[in-house]
Amino acid sequence: MFRRNGTQCVATFAVDEVRVLRKVAGEVVGLLTDGMDHTDPVVSRLFPDIYPDRPDDSAEFRLYTEGELKTGKIDQAGAILAALPDEGEGEVRLDGEAAEAWLRAINDARLAMGTRLDITADTDLSEELELAVVHDPGSSRVFQLSVYAYLGYLQESLLNALPEIE
Amino acid sequence: MGVMALPQVAPVEAPEIEEAPADDRPWVTVVWDDPVNLMSYVTWVFQKLFGYSRDRAEQLMLDVHHKGKAVVSIGARERMEMDANQLHGYGLWATVDRA
Repeated sequence: MFRRNGTQCVATFAVDEVRVLRKVAGEVVGLLTDGMDHTDPVVSRLFPDIYPDRPDDSAEFRLYTEGELKTGKIDQAGAILAALPDEGEGEVRLDGEAAEAWLRAINDARLAMGTRLDITADTDLSEELELAVVHDPGSSRVFQLSVYAYLGYLQESLLNALPEIE
Repeated sequence: MGVMALPQVAPVEAPEIEEAPADDRPWVTVVWDDPVNLMSYVTWVFQKLFGYSRDRAEQLMLDVHHKGKAVVSIGARERMEMDANQLHGYGLWATVDRA
């Protein structure tokens, strides 16, 4: 988890955390680069229609803006990959700009996972996790839910470690 | 070619068409509630992007959370499109509409 150190946000990651973060950031990059499928609910969540009741206007706006939005999202996921140690455990130190990129990228990853996991306003994450464990402790759902929860804590810790805006 | 006799029609004054009032309502950017985004993150985005004070940003975030959506900026259409697009960059669910 992140803490403040001078003007930087610093975290020490265990080897499993580094591995998970790499995987998650890599999946976001993959999703954005492999010719996006707009019928995929994850893609529609990351690139919402700007005019929900006017598909033509939304499509026209998308035509002009989506490329740049996508590049931005790939770059911010890349910021995670760039700051992580190549292998093994290690420390990550982020200046203001990198911290912002991490926050945005963690958020994209959580949106993607949350959509796949059918997270709703009524979802109680620990309850959900318990159910999944009872059902099958080795399932991919257990892993995905744990990673999703972990990313939430990580994002919160980074928000708390940021210098106050203003 | 023969000349057709013009029908005798008295010139009629064009009826005064009541001009439809130009729709000068401004546009708004709306942020919708979402089960994934952290409350602290949404507050941070409003501060960062709009330069709102922490109190104002928090109030807006709570409006989104409790009412399902909130207007986060008001102005010209192009400006609102830009705001919504930037909000999408941060992963918030934003749309543009007439005020």
